[in-house]
Amino acid sequence: MDPIRDVAALRKMLAGLEAERLPGVEQFFSLGAAGPEEGGVRLARGALHEVQARASADMPAATGFALALALRALRRDGAGEGRPLLWVRQDMADAEFGRLDAPGLAALGLDPARLILVRARDGAEALRAAGDAVRCAGLGGLLIEIWGTPKALDLTATRRLGLRAASSGVTSFLLHRAAQAAPTAVATRWQVAPAASFPLEEDAPGAPAFHATLLRHRGGEGGRPVEGGDWKLEWDHEAFTFRDLDPLSRAMVPVPAGRQDRAAAAQARGGEVVALRRTG
Amino acid sequence: MQNALRLAALDRAARRAGLAPGLTLADARARVPDLAVLDHDPAADAAFLEEVADDCDRWTPLVALDMPDGVPDGLMLDITGCAHLFGGEAALRARLLAHLQRHGLGALAVIAGTPDAARALARSGKGGVVPPGGEASAVAGLPVARLGVGAEIVTGLSRAGLKTIGDLAARPGTPLAARFGMELLTRLARTLGREDVRLVPRRPLPECIAERRFAEPIARTSDIEATLALLVDDLALMLEARGEGGRAFEAGFFRTDGAVRRLRIETARPLRDGAALARLWRERIEALADPLDPGFGFDLVRLGVLRAEPLTPAQVSLDGRAVEEEEVAALIDRLSVRLGRERVLRFLQRDTHDPDRASVLVPAGGAPAPSATPPDVLARPLTLFDPPQPVEALAEVPDGPPLRFRWRRVVHEVARAEGPERLAPEWWRQPAAAPTRDYYRVENREGRRFWLFRAGLYGREAAGPAGQPRWFLHGLFP
Repeated sequence: MDPIRDVAALRKMLAGLEAERLPGVEQFFSLGAAGPEEGGVRLARGALHEVQARASADMPAATGFALALALRALRRDGAGEGRPLLWVRQDMADAEFGRLDAPGLAALGLDPARLILVRARDGAEALRAAGDAVRCAGLGGLLIEIWGTPKALDLTATRRLGLRAASSGVTSFLLHRAAQAAPTAVATRWQVAPAASFPLEEDAPGAPAFHATLLRHRGGEGGRPVEGGDWKLEWDHEAFTFRDLDPLSRAMVPVPAGRQDRAAAAQARGGEVVALRRTG
Repeated sequence: MQNALRLAALDRAARRAGLAPGLTLADARARVPDLAVLDHDPAADAAFLEEVADDCDRWTPLVALDMPDGVPDGLMLDITGCAHLFGGEAALRARLLAHLQRHGLGALAVIAGTPDAARALARSGKGGVVPPGGEASAVAGLPVARLGVGAEIVTGLSRAGLKTIGDLAARPGTPLAARFGMELLTRLARTLGREDVRLVPRRPLPECIAERRFAEPIARTSDIEATLALLVDDLALMLEARGEGGRAFEAGFFRTDGAVRRLRIETARPLRDGAALARLWRERIEALADPLDPGFGFDLVRLGVLRAEPLTPAQVSLDGRAVEEEEVAALIDRLSVRLGRERVLRFLQRDTHDPDRASVLVPAGGAPAPSATPPDVLARPLTLFDPPQPVEALAEVPDGPPLRFRWRRVVHEVARAEGPERLAPEWWRQPAAAPTRDYYRVENREGRRFWLFRAGLYGREAAGPAGQPRWFLHGLFP
């Protein structure tokens, strides 16, 4: 009846057909760093991924890692360009780690204007809001930040979120503290702690650095099993990519923070260089 | 006589006993020894009148408080175009009086062509319906005081032998205006029905209204939702005919006992899709902290569009972006209705270096406000504490980075640091001289990154108790 919806439905159907014909082109995204790449670690789009903080104090690192993953998922997803990212955040997180700040988001590579922030009073409310949001195909990504281990966060809830993500194509990230073994049904599960950053000039703290552990991977492209792993990574917000943070593979002389040099250094390490407009 | 207690209002029995407002309490007690007296509470009277006015919305959306002396004292209803819904003016008046009487209210109602005529008649204790054009003869016998003009004018008129409104009406206007001023003529014209005046309704008038009345009051939530679903369909048709969509809606639930509950929803975009609106209303009712209390049931449910904006049918675009944006807007609406508008937010950036003011969160459902281009700043933390958290820090004097600091009872050894980045307060905003802030980006041994600042400069701006600048943790980096 409604021509707009009909065309949208047709588009979705065609996109589905294309995806089936060319598996792996659109459906998975990598971290961009050589370490995880060797292990064949690629994450599915339109699925629920879990990022745990190793300890409560590691939540800022886990938050940064989840946001970086969300940005990776958005990238190269042709239609994803310009779609908003929805972040469901519990009030407790604000009290514990402070409120989200727009310049900080821009410093990680997310245009703050693209963020819709939903503040939930408790875990149940956050999950309910997330359940609604994950069905909205117009979103570019969904971050669900849960505080503690609410009763509502269980196998059923995460499985439902995952299924809805699969049908809508919204790549979703569940972010919480490593809990007392709350069972979740997720595509991948990461545990994140901060890592000492690669210093800039004069021993200044460098780019965000993470110690990321892949605890679980439900299977890569074509159901191929993927081994877990343990990597130290840093996030380059200009190139939208992770890099290995291995001091041995680095130039021993600190690299200046200039973009040209970083790009050259990245190439020297076999990373990729992508020209992107600076957003922040 | 100034400080005497006086009667402010009387019931019917007291009036029959010969008492009148303005009488001192001592005199009244002398006449009626067993007089029951209560303190006059104008605020409570006004609040009660507001409640009655709310309930009177069921007859017409144009309800105003009548405030002849600046004190609410009576209600004014504009029933233009409404009377036929109740079977004519006389029937409307009878139903209104019966309705009020059921709730134990004695009222006097007059229907006349102008508010002033109706007021003059009602204040004189005359009820009824004045036929169109009959105002002049109806008010002719009333005393001039009923015109609502100042006491000195009334005195002046009575000295001139002009006792009734009819006396005045027969006279030419120019001498009256010369002697008593234009206000008298204006009042006279309005009271005689020669000149009309608009009411200023106490609630904003909706753009369009749909309502359902029930002979048998409804109380079940499912019935209420079904009613709302019918009403939004009615509204959708009206809005479509106007080529508009609603941005703000209000539902009024009129209980049989006169209590009225009103709920509002606002949407992120003009909306007239019946199904989407019905879903929003369902969410709204589910999300109520104190549920709708039907009491003995609602006998009228009304839905109005408070704000409408042009809505043209969208162009079919092949890239599907319009549909996606529509879906996101619908999601924002649903979440805003359920969680509250202040919980679904968007960032607005400002052109300032003050980190506390650099960004502000605004409801995502509101109109998109222009976001300033933020200044090109150095690395900023992902989260900010508001207010900054005090820490105990050990640092080199005068402006070295902290070597270690204690936050939330944990000591952090600083491994790497960058700074200071000196941010001067915006002196044109802060009334008191806020200290300069020297910001440092530090990383501890475990790799956690913090944004610390020292408030004040050594020697020059000492902020702490012992003349020492104090340290604060302002944000966390990922």
